Amino acid sequence: MARATTKTEKKSDAVLDLKGVWKIYTMGDVEVPALSGLDLVVKRGEFLSIMGPSGSGKSTAMNMIGCLDVPTRGKIYLEGHDISSMSESDLAQIRGRKIGFIFQQFNLINTLTALENVTLPMIFQNMPRQERITKAKKLLELVDLGDRMHHKPTELSGGQQQRVAIARALCNDPEVILADEPTGNLDSKTGGTVMDFLRKLHEKEGKTIIMVTHDEHVAKNADRIEFLRDGKIIKTIKK
Amino acid sequence: MIKDYFLIAVKSLTKRKTRTYLTMIGIFIGIAAVIALIGLGEGLRVAITSQFGFLGTDVLGVQAAGVAAAGPPGSGAINPLTSDLAEKIEKISGVEAAFNRYLSAVTLEFNDKQKIEFAISIPSGTNRKTLEKMVNLKTSQGRLLTDADRKKVLVGDNYAQDSSFGTTFGRPLKAGDRIILNGVDFEVVGIIEKKGSFIFDDAVWMDEDEMIEYGISDEERVSTIAVKVSDVNEIGKVQLAIEKFLRKERGVEEGEEDFSVETPQSALESLNSTLYAVQLFVTIIAVISLLVGGIGIMNTMYTAVLERTKEIGIMKSLGARNSTIFTLFFIESGLLGMIGGIIGVILGLSFAYGAAAAGKTLLGSDLIQASVSWSLIFGSLAFSFILGTAFGVLPAYQASRLNPVDSLRKVK
Ligand SMILES: Nc1ncnc2c1ncn2[C@@H]1O[C@H](COP(=O)(O)OP(=O)(O)OP(=O)(O)O)[C@@H](O)[C@H]1O
Ligand SMILES: [Mg+2]
Repeated sequence: MARATTKTEKKSDAVLDLKGVWKIYTMGDVEVPALSGLDLVVKRGEFLSIMGPSGSGKSTAMNMIGCLDVPTRGKIYLEGHDISSMSESDLAQIRGRKIGFIFQQFNLINTLTALENVTLPMIFQNMPRQERITKAKKLLELVDLGDRMHHKPTELSGGQQQRVAIARALCNDPEVILADEPTGNLDSKTGGTVMDFLRKLHEKEGKTIIMVTHDEHVAKNADRIEFLRDGKIIKTIKK
Repeated sequence: MIKDYFLIAVKSLTKRKTRTYLTMIGIFIGIAAVIALIGLGEGLRVAITSQFGFLGTDVLGVQAAGVAAAGPPGSGAINPLTSDLAEKIEKISGVEAAFNRYLSAVTLEFNDKQKIEFAISIPSGTNRKTLEKMVNLKTSQGRLLTDADRKKVLVGDNYAQDSSFGTTFGRPLKAGDRIILNGVDFEVVGIIEKKGSFIFDDAVWMDEDEMIEYGISDEERVSTIAVKVSDVNEIGKVQLAIEKFLRKERGVEEGEEDFSVETPQSALESLNSTLYAVQLFVTIIAVISLLVGGIGIMNTMYTAVLERTKEIGIMKSLGARNSTIFTLFFIESGLLGMIGGIIGVILGLSFAYGAAAAGKTLLGSDLIQASVSWSLIFGSLAFSFILGTAFGVLPAYQASRLNPVDSLRKVK
């Protein structure tokens, strides 16, 4: 981890800063707080794992960081910009440019081939056709799927699908990669391969990665592990 | 980028082929009806109005009945009117004049291009004047025919127009031009004044004897016998007398006539109202099926929004804006409409041209013509696309407004 650490030290500005973030869901007249005053700072190039029991608010936090939702209270700064009160249209722009999502369910579009799935976010950013195809091919080769470009998701194994998702998450050179249980649907061997790619991204490309996991071994790939309970951080382990 | 959205929409549609086709049924029935209706309606109107080569209140038309109802008069009749009848009818009291009229399809060649047109006869001698008066025949260019003319013809106003004749034959006709009719060279000596009816504006008017001589018409298959009565007030009586005479002549009982004696005006009116009723009926069917088709598209698109909620969430997580999602669904519903339109156009064209071909085989005439213009085809396609998008607006809006987090939480 030495290389990554030097990188982190070199660019030590905070990419993400969550200040007293609350998310309260109202179910009938009952208010369910999913996040209750979450404070979290993530530095550029950092690899962070989030752990915690089911229902502790991990996914909710990831959604806020990924601009999919806005907090009920509190502020979220992404590269210094307050994203906690932006319009859906602006949030969509930020998601497309600065965030790369990797989901437990892979979340590929079944009607599109691997290559088309990877190009999709670039279409949303109006990237010229040739440029995005070249880039998508390069990324698929990076995740060792150069020979599976024209396969539909249903024709790929779980591990392969997750690697397509990684390639897709990288296509707009995002600031932050958010992985919500990326190995949750994979056996430990294929999960290991997926983790190798994520670690490589962090070490070689210096990407900022935030990963939710239930698996301690998987979590240990990160520089830091935050433990969440009842929507708050209760423990931090640093390497 | 719109192109990419089209491709994505096409992929979604082809993924669910059966539903896609089922959805489009209403659209393609509607569009097919519109194409067939407009395409044939024109041809039908032409067929009906050309039953008579003349109008007037003191005139009766005699026609052989039978399958010829929509063909050129007399051409398909089992028992056609023979050429000797006119003379005999003229002897009936109250009849001032009676003469034969022929209407036939003819191949017109000009400028190395050819097309089937209609030729209508002008009698010679004193009947020429009677006809000219009867139909108020005048030329806007050149002159009328005389008994001394050989291989000379008049043409309707449309032949002198850039927009109709000009587009088919390269340039419009003018007096003095030479045209070839069924392989025989003729000179155009006059252009008939525009009257707004097929028989005047779209036909070639030529000498009756030449029409028979050059095999354009069969002498013993008279299209119509034009009868001018001496006294307008006696027209009903004369009509009965002619009917009686023809029953005897053709050996048929009252009530079983294989011919008709009518004033062209009343016949035209009844035919026009029939045609109008048919058109109204087909229009209503077309409108209903388009409406049903549109609602079908709306239903399919709402279903698609529900089914693809997760996909919408994924796209949003990848940076798709509300407007992007809206556009995707909007295009998809437009495509549903347009593909339905394409199938409808193909069906409509087959129906129209099939009917025209069937008419030709059954009636031996070209009078039922299908005329489907490119603007009608492209208009229908554009319309069906717009129809699709119109009914897709609400589902597309609903799709665009879906909350990304909730959408992503969907299992499928
Ligand atoms: N849309 C929602 N409406 C109501 N309550 C919600 C909603 N989303 C999340 N919650 C609640 O918020 C809390 C946190 O949910 P969250 O999905 O963030 O948990 P998690 O830590 O990701 O759990 P898991 O490990 O099971 O994925 C839970 O109690 C959940 O029921
Ligand atoms: Mg979760």
